Amino acid sequence: MAARLLYCAAAVSALAVLAILAFLVYFSLPLFQGDQLAALFSWHWRPLQNEFGILPMIAASLALAVSSMLVAYPLALGVCCFAHGLGPDWAARPLLVAVRLMSSVPTVVYGLVAAFSLVPLIRGASSGSGLCWLAALLTLAVLALPTIVLLLDNQFQRLESEIRLTAAALGLTRVQEMLQLTLPLSSRGLVMAAILGFGRALGDTLVPLMLAGNAPQPPLSLLDPMRTLTAHIALVVATDSQSAAYNSLFACGLILFLLTVLVNLGLRRIRTGATAHG
Amino acid sequence: MKRFITHGTRCLTLALICSALLAGAAAAGELDAFAGKKGKIDIAGGTAHIPVMKDAAKRIMQANPEIRISVAAGGSGVGVQKVGEGLVDIGNTGRPLSDDEVAKYGLKSFAFALDGVAVAVSPKNSVANLTAEQVQQIFAGKISNWKGVGGRDAAIHLYTRDEASGTREVFWEKLLKKGAIVETANVVASNGAMKSAVADDSDAIGYVSIGHLDETIKAPTLDGVAPTQENARSGKYPIVRKLYMNTKGTPQGLCAAFINYIMGPEGIRMTAAAGYLPLH
Repeated sequence: MAARLLYCAAAVSALAVLAILAFLVYFSLPLFQGDQLAALFSWHWRPLQNEFGILPMIAASLALAVSSMLVAYPLALGVCCFAHGLGPDWAARPLLVAVRLMSSVPTVVYGLVAAFSLVPLIRGASSGSGLCWLAALLTLAVLALPTIVLLLDNQFQRLESEIRLTAAALGLTRVQEMLQLTLPLSSRGLVMAAILGFGRALGDTLVPLMLAGNAPQPPLSLLDPMRTLTAHIALVVATDSQSAAYNSLFACGLILFLLTVLVNLGLRRIRTGATAHG
Repeated sequence: MKRFITHGTRCLTLALICSALLAGAAAAGELDAFAGKKGKIDIAGGTAHIPVMKDAAKRIMQANPEIRISVAAGGSGVGVQKVGEGLVDIGNTGRPLSDDEVAKYGLKSFAFALDGVAVAVSPKNSVANLTAEQVQQIFAGKISNWKGVGGRDAAIHLYTRDEASGTREVFWEKLLKKGAIVETANVVASNGAMKSAVADDSDAIGYVSIGHLDETIKAPTLDGVAPTQENARSGKYPIVRKLYMNTKGTPQGLCAAFINYIMGPEGIRMTAAAGYLPLH
């Protein structure tokens, strides 16, 4: 009975994902035919002139996710190494508690705080309005950091319980243990954390919507406003539901969905690859 | 003395009772349409309408507890879609319906209020008047420094709304004369967000519904005309839009009663109290 229930639950979840994909494909199919496709893959979003280019949004989404990971990932790795041997023991626990607390702060709070502190700071230091790639990047980095730290922390804890005795028997210091054993052994955890953090940064809607300025232009400068796919959907969804602009949202949704799927497939590949080697 | 007070009090009480009765009679007169009816009305869509809708819903439900009225937000696009699919009885929009929308769903529109749209800058900005042409050039990106319109030497920070916005539509049609808005302009998602963005940024320029103007933002006069409700009413200030209620086909029963109530004297008072200009 219990097993049957579990099967049902699994089937429902799997069907839900497939149904979402099917719907997205079904609704965006008309867009992928003929000259509509050219309109979609152009650099200009001017719905009133019948230009529905979403390339700036795709570029902005990728640029923002990659750049925020470039900031968040090294920081998260540093925090984990610090908490697992490179730093003093008394500081490790409070640090991890603080990071856990960070992960439970709602996104909108980060967005709000950044809008009233970070944005005026950037505005004062530049000639722009402060709503830009940089503001969203830094805030997203803070947002994604705890996700990465918690994943790495789990990985390190599991490994340490396995290798602690061996390391001690070999006379390794904790620093040596971290650098020589834990880090090299957790390569797959390191990649997984990176990919999940990337997914978090790519999928976030509120931070770019509130902080990135939402101008539909290619991301060429850190101080220029940009519009991500997620923010774009949020902005355009209230539009005339019979318009081509509205229909182009399904293509945005499909592309976001496919990017997420790609990230997941990448994750799976790395996991199986590592198991094969191990 | 005591007698006088008693007498005065009695008079006052009498007057109060009389006026209460009169008011009651007036209100009941309009709410009579709902007497003996039961059922529910679901409303969704445009956010500008909500204060008026909620006020009306409260009064009707107080007069007749057998009627339930729900009011949800979502924006003009959502309003059209929901009423068109039959998910709600009334879908509100801050813009006229497109021909496609009317054709697909067979919707009927009822305009009940007028709302103006004003250019907004920071109160710290010294610019007190802009011509329509200057505004057009600013939003087209041709004037990019406040110096160009008599302000301080600083880059102009442009703020606009998304294409779904009814506020943007009227601003673009009537003030920009369908001219371009540069792609580098920041885009905010609501009148409220526009207000806080412009209030915080001393070099900002944006536009808001007149109902949203207060001391945190400044509205420069447009070609010398102040964007006030009075000027919008008299026609001196031309950047105005209508607020609509939409139904699928001709409204029936409760739904028709509700729309009549909004269009009636009580509805007109509530519309005015919410900061809009009643149309009837």
